Amino acid sequence: MSLRRTAATAWRVLRQLRRDPRTLALMMLVPLVLMALLRYMFNDDRTVFDRIAPELIGLFPFVLMFVVTSVAMLRERSSGTLERLLATPVAKLDILLGYALAFAATALVQVGLVLALVLGPLQVTVRGSLLLIVVFAVLDALLGAGLGLCFSALARTEFQAVQLMPALVFPQALLSGLFVPRSAMIPPLQGLANALPLTYAVDGITRAASSTAFGTELLKDLLVVLLCWPLALLVGALTLRRRTP
Amino acid sequence: MNYAVEVRGLTVVRGGRPVVAGVDLVVPAGTLVGLLGPSGAGKTTLMRALVGVQRISAGSVTVVGHPAGSPGARHLVGYVTQAPAVYGDLTVRENLAYFASILGVSGSRVAAAIREVSLEGRAGDRVGNLAGGEVSRVSLATALLASPPLLILDEPTVGLDPLLREDLWSLFARLAAEGSTVLVSSHVMDEARRCQRLVLLRAGRVVADEAPAALLQRTRASDLDGAFLQVVRQLELPG
Repeated sequence: MSLRRTAATAWRVLRQLRRDPRTLALMMLVPLVLMALLRYMFNDDRTVFDRIAPELIGLFPFVLMFVVTSVAMLRERSSGTLERLLATPVAKLDILLGYALAFAATALVQVGLVLALVLGPLQVTVRGSLLLIVVFAVLDALLGAGLGLCFSALARTEFQAVQLMPALVFPQALLSGLFVPRSAMIPPLQGLANALPLTYAVDGITRAASSTAFGTELLKDLLVVLLCWPLALLVGALTLRRRTP
Repeated sequence: MNYAVEVRGLTVVRGGRPVVAGVDLVVPAGTLVGLLGPSGAGKTTLMRALVGVQRISAGSVTVVGHPAGSPGARHLVGYVTQAPAVYGDLTVRENLAYFASILGVSGSRVAAAIREVSLEGRAGDRVGNLAGGEVSRVSLATALLASPPLLILDEPTVGLDPLLREDLWSLFARLAAEGSTVLVSSHVMDEARRCQRLVLLRAGRVVADEAPAALLQRTRASDLDGAFLQVVRQLELPG
């Protein structure tokens, strides 16, 4: 592991992202459009939007970073640059952490924009801690990026990589309690939801938004997300093979 | 004796078929070696084994005194893949600057490497906008950055005009004269006359390993293409 190599990789990934203004615009604008859309869909009953807005603030960076990372990693694999990197003294974690840093920075900007929209024009009042919301949203982005890194190994083509999103992210998002509270689900689904990391990510941000109190439940959510992220990176590192058949 | 490459009994089986079958190869430091043979002869697989990115079935591969692919060896081997492995959305200079920080070499090497492959005029251009031959030279430049004692170059001259090809072969010869070991693969026999030593590969086996002049003399052929043909025919003679 080397700070220089990690930083160089993060910088390189950010530079590549900047060279692709269309992707960048989609990453930044789509969450804003969806937020505004949902706000006016639930125009009659503000309480619904007030309830789901924090969950969405956490969900958007997770989903987006999952997709972007899995495609970016796949591209690195198929272009041969990954093999070239792995033939140098670089550590696998240098590459993975470089990606994570770059996408965390991107997520920070995205979360800032969404928060500005939600708290400003959309007039959602947050009773909880703004700082904790941002912390959770960025952690969600990191978790999404980490899982994207792992699962990109399953995809051989960019088509497959994009399909991983509905396959792996949608079920997690549905079970996290976005549409139906988890307490109203049948026990097997509740159990499944409790085993999925996104549940805690969404739970944490909801709690952080509803109250300034930092209770044990919130601490549990934070710890689960904080533990799952390095776990995802570690599994991701295992999928990077220096020697291939 | 200091060997840059020491391969003993290397066998690589892929898809149930031996792609490299019991190859022995010993190369002293500071040699320019041409690895020749038709497409599918096992050149790329052998080179990948030297770099340490190829899973091998049997044998041992040592490069510059380290097991191939070990952390010690990764500092000492420069590798250029057949398909150029560089970032198309970055400029020539940005690509090299990134690999320079990965390899831990100073920024001044970036300009030097760009000069060595004659790309000074395109340094600020995005790699995705370059012609094929230019992209492969960017790939070559990244391998030159750290001035490694062993350079493994997989068909680096494909698609280049004769003048550039000549320039690159002069560069390879100069690097070898300065003490680096350069292993260049090609399926164009004629290019290989610039090498000090030729290794002919066919169906995963080494069928000839000698200096170009010696090979021509032994086979009484007028050019290297003819010599290769002669070698293969002799192998296939019954008895």
